[in-house]
Amino acid sequence: MRKLQFHPCGSFKTSYQQDLNIFSTDFGRLWMGISIVLLFGVVPFISSAYILYVVNNIGIYAIAAVGLNLLIGFTGQISLGHGAFFGVGAYAAAILATKGGFPFFLAVPIAGVVSAAVGMVFGLPSARLKHLYLCIATLAGQFIIEYVLVQWEGLTGGAQGIFVPSATLFGINLGNDRAFFYVIFGCFVLMTWIAVNLIRTRIGRAFIAIRDNDRAAEGMGIPVFPYKLLSFAISSFYAGFAGALFAFYTMSITPEPFNLWLSIQYIAMIIIGGLGSIPGSVFGVIFIVTLNEVLSHATEYLMNVGVSTGVAITIAPLREFVYGLAIVLFIIFEPKGLAEVWRIVRSNFRLWPFSY
Amino acid sequence: MKAFRGEPSIFTSARPEDRRAELEVKNLTLKFGGITALSKIDLNVRDGELVSIIGPNGAGKTSLLNSITGYYKPQEGQISFNGQDVIGLSTHHLTRIGIGRTYQNIELFPGMTVLSNMLLARHVHCGYHVGKASLFLKSVREEEVRHRKILEELIDFLEMQAIRKQLVGSLPYGMRKRVELGRALALQPRLLVLDEPFAGMTLEEKEDMVRFLVELNEAWNQTMILVEHDMSIVMSISKRVAVFDFGVKIAEGSPDFVQNHPQVIKAYLGDTSKIE
Ligand SMILES: Nc1ncnc2c1ncn2[C@@H]1O[C@H](COP(=O)(O)OP(=O)(O)O)[C@@H](O)[C@H]1O
Ligand SMILES: [Mg+2]
Repeated sequence: MRKLQFHPCGSFKTSYQQDLNIFSTDFGRLWMGISIVLLFGVVPFISSAYILYVVNNIGIYAIAAVGLNLLIGFTGQISLGHGAFFGVGAYAAAILATKGGFPFFLAVPIAGVVSAAVGMVFGLPSARLKHLYLCIATLAGQFIIEYVLVQWEGLTGGAQGIFVPSATLFGINLGNDRAFFYVIFGCFVLMTWIAVNLIRTRIGRAFIAIRDNDRAAEGMGIPVFPYKLLSFAISSFYAGFAGALFAFYTMSITPEPFNLWLSIQYIAMIIIGGLGSIPGSVFGVIFIVTLNEVLSHATEYLMNVGVSTGVAITIAPLREFVYGLAIVLFIIFEPKGLAEVWRIVRSNFRLWPFSY
Repeated sequence: MKAFRGEPSIFTSARPEDRRAELEVKNLTLKFGGITALSKIDLNVRDGELVSIIGPNGAGKTSLLNSITGYYKPQEGQISFNGQDVIGLSTHHLTRIGIGRTYQNIELFPGMTVLSNMLLARHVHCGYHVGKASLFLKSVREEEVRHRKILEELIDFLEMQAIRKQLVGSLPYGMRKRVELGRALALQPRLLVLDEPFAGMTLEEKEDMVRFLVELNEAWNQTMILVEHDMSIVMSISKRVAVFDFGVKIAEGSPDFVQNHPQVIKAYLGDTSKIE
């Protein structure tokens, strides 16, 4: 049998193949295996309905956040329109399912493609604009899409929105949280794996080169603008795909949640999680979604206590404040985000008890 | 001359017609507003040649290289590469048809390792597309390994084994110049364009670099344009030297001819004692 690798105290690689692996040790692979077994085998059975609902939301947002990190963290192109791209996916799926009669398993990827196309259109300004200017251009995209979702009543149902029929996959009704859990996290694992693959091939290298120095990227034979568009497309596909899952999961959508605030939350997620880190995107989502839940519970609790209604009313806007605070603190103290914290914790463990 | 450190397969296994490089610059004029950076420049580089360009600061050497590699768009004149008119083509296109370069101010990716920097240069030689990459198919894995082997040969050739996994940003300046040469070679260029590869190097580093360039040119028949400040190096390794001053080519010929050209002495060298 092949000798298993745990925590080597150096590089023991004997082939170039090994440098291409996602996990450099068997230990890492083992942990990933255990986490996946726990995720799929244990989480849906021990969680209360409420917890499962939160976990499902984390899964949906994580798909979009991984995509957004490809764009912002890896390609260095800022998008303030991802909340809207998420919405485009949700509406596309809802419209395909209700008006087009498309089944769930087709509606979701097609919604992703629709969103990718929209994302590419709003990525066009990246040909000429960078940084802050691009940011503002994508912000325009956010507002245009919001406007269209509200105003194009014939297609989107305006402010009333659309009721989405409950999804079925291979004859199984996905109307309950547990069944949907498997769909969401199946997609999540697959799409995260795809993102990791893209990063370790020439596609991801081109993205990173464009982020770090687009002049030199050109010199490496990388056509910069097409690759920026590709990044917008992939990233919006992830957002749209996640949005489509969201539509089928909540079963009723209105334009309201897909606003600028959602776009900003996505950016907060990947900054706090760690720009340019796939696991970081997931950590960021867990952090923000949990924070949201905790804060809204705190508000609710204080409301109910009665005496402290005043406190609750003052605490309600606290959410935005805590967000801002979290981002600022991370940027100051750990600019590489939760991913870096995780790495430090892990390497401390690895060296324990000799962590000098 | 035979390479002692092994033979990079990109040189040994390539067919000569895949490495053929003929550059012809005709009557090239480049202006920035009122400044004429290049005026009516003619320059030919034949297959297998090493041509050097010298000249004082601001003479237009970098501007010429930037025009050849698509960063600048000259207003007049022609540049043809292997018979193809290349003015107006974008840099990435020119890289794909075989013009690879280094930069005067080092344009490496400091946050990446030496290997990752060099892997980037394999971009145009990777055949697979997004679909295959996203699934990391066996063919993609095999191709990545193939490129890694090519890079390791180049790393051996440039004696960079010890730093292959170090971040470029942590390397001393002279070493970065060498990494940049490695990255340019990984592009597998027909025409290698070097902008002041010796700048900021210690004497030892310069000696190594001279060894690499001479070996590349003589043993591996690499066609090159070399822009350089250091006169003694240029005169010892080039067969043909062009001298620029204020955007004009004032002389061209063998090192001996150029060294004794009165205009060159006047414009560039000031006094002759420097080159003796
Ligand atoms: N991008 C640019 N914009 C304006 N002027 C430039 C630019 N690039 C070069 N020049 C001018 O062109 C002239 C030649 O510069 P350059 O080619 O860098 O000289 P060298 O490389 O020989 O030192 C200089 O006068 C410089 O100021
Ligand atoms: Mg220069």
